[in-house]
Amino acid sequence: MADSERTTTPLNGGFFVARSEIMDADGVRRALWRMSHEILEQNKGIRDIVLVGLETGGVHLARKLAINLLEIEGEEIPVGTLDVAFYRDDIGIRPVVPGNPTDLPFDLTSRVVVLVDDVLFTGRTIRAAMDAIVDFGRPAAVQLAVMIDRGHRELPIRPDYVGKNLPTRRDELVDVQEGGVWLGHLESEES
Amino acid sequence: MKSKHIRGVNDLGKDGIQEILSLSDHFFEVSTRRIPKVPALRGRTIAWLFYENSTRTRLSFETAAKRLSADSMNFSVSSSSVKKGESLRDTVETVSAMGVDAIVVRHSSTGVPWLLPKWTDASIINAGDGAHEHPTQSLLDCYTIQKQLGGIEGKKIVIVGDIKHSRVARSNILAFKAMGAEIVLVAPRTLLPVDTSTWPVEISENLDESISDADVIYMLRMQLERQKEAFVPSLREYTNDFGLTLERAQKLPKHTIIMHPGPMNRGVEIASEVPELGNAVVTNQVSNGVIVRMAVLYFLLGSGAELSEDGNDNE
Repeated sequence: MADSERTTTPLNGGFFVARSEIMDADGVRRALWRMSHEILEQNKGIRDIVLVGLETGGVHLARKLAINLLEIEGEEIPVGTLDVAFYRDDIGIRPVVPGNPTDLPFDLTSRVVVLVDDVLFTGRTIRAAMDAIVDFGRPAAVQLAVMIDRGHRELPIRPDYVGKNLPTRRDELVDVQEGGVWLGHLESEES
Repeated sequence: MKSKHIRGVNDLGKDGIQEILSLSDHFFEVSTRRIPKVPALRGRTIAWLFYENSTRTRLSFETAAKRLSADSMNFSVSSSSVKKGESLRDTVETVSAMGVDAIVVRHSSTGVPWLLPKWTDASIINAGDGAHEHPTQSLLDCYTIQKQLGGIEGKKIVIVGDIKHSRVARSNILAFKAMGAEIVLVAPRTLLPVDTSTWPVEISENLDESISDADVIYMLRMQLERQKEAFVPSLREYTNDFGLTLERAQKLPKHTIIMHPGPMNRGVEIASEVPELGNAVVTNQVSNGVIVRMAVLYFLLGSGAELSEDGNDNE
């Protein structure tokens, strides 16, 4: 399948059609480098930091950030994944099908948890993620890193580390991959 | 399109079974947490209508509901208006009028779960109807086999014992077949249904031969309470020919797992020592029961099944 016709989650019952390229692979790589340095600067090092990638879009970004941090600081930091499906506020309103099972094989208590996601939109996923995180322990702080902040927040949530601010229309969709970021829309399967 | 109900294995089909097995992996992870509970079904109400006794099915459904933060409406036949002669229909309509999202029903009559959608909009889950079906048992059995052996497809599963009275066997045959297993039934003629010609199974009366290359040995309980006549000359003879004795169990191939849906008649279909052997997974079945029933409840009330439009088909 062409890059421009990447499928999105089956939940939406359609496929993504890209209209314009927002970032290329180098852009994504540079943004991740800058965010890695910002995380270090903000937290004065990597002590007590854990990265938690949100299923499914945030997972590869969290892994990449961890590789960068290892390269900069020479120390490995724990990376986990979190699926927030069971904490969403739209269960029973629309089908909510989980991605991959959560994998958080370390204690979060007194750690600084950096949640990593691809796109920040309404903020509802992050709300669900914060609820999920406290079930695993009491972190010293929770921070948020996203590749794209596309606006339209419905909750009082703001990111700490942003790859790019991207003004969008509500009906548009943003697709974040290692190879680049595309803005487009969802085409239903029937048409 | 997903079915709104799980009355029998065929409401799910292979796709549905697979979706529940993969949801179960999520709930397995949840069950390992410090707080093994998620808010997924907050505000949803599930009613239990158990017209027949049950320990593990009911307990595991209740635990599953609690771990999903659902509320449950308890109904015990012995202390309800059923004792005053209230009909099934009136009971279901009463419970339904109080607002329930799902009804888990166990009844001694075949087909009860298929009647209920006429009287309620709730999703129906069959927790056993007569000698007909017990789909959630077969889902937890599929999950157990998948976890223990890495998959179900192509595995040789030998189901031994009282097939005639067993709803577990009927659901398991459908589920194992859907998942691509090879099924062998081992039982005396008298404990087989009259006509099994349409069943996708092989039938044998020789236990030792059948289990020598089995991947799974599934022992069924002698349902003495459902047997209204003598089906075997004596229990001792039955144990001799069809029981999983310690000697038989020790001769099994290393990888073969031993399953039993419980409750066990120790000393009848299974020797007392056998459930304690390393390859017996009877307690895994019980703990998987909670996980898989969480998946079942979430499948119906969370993943969109109840939102589907074919909900009230009464075929």
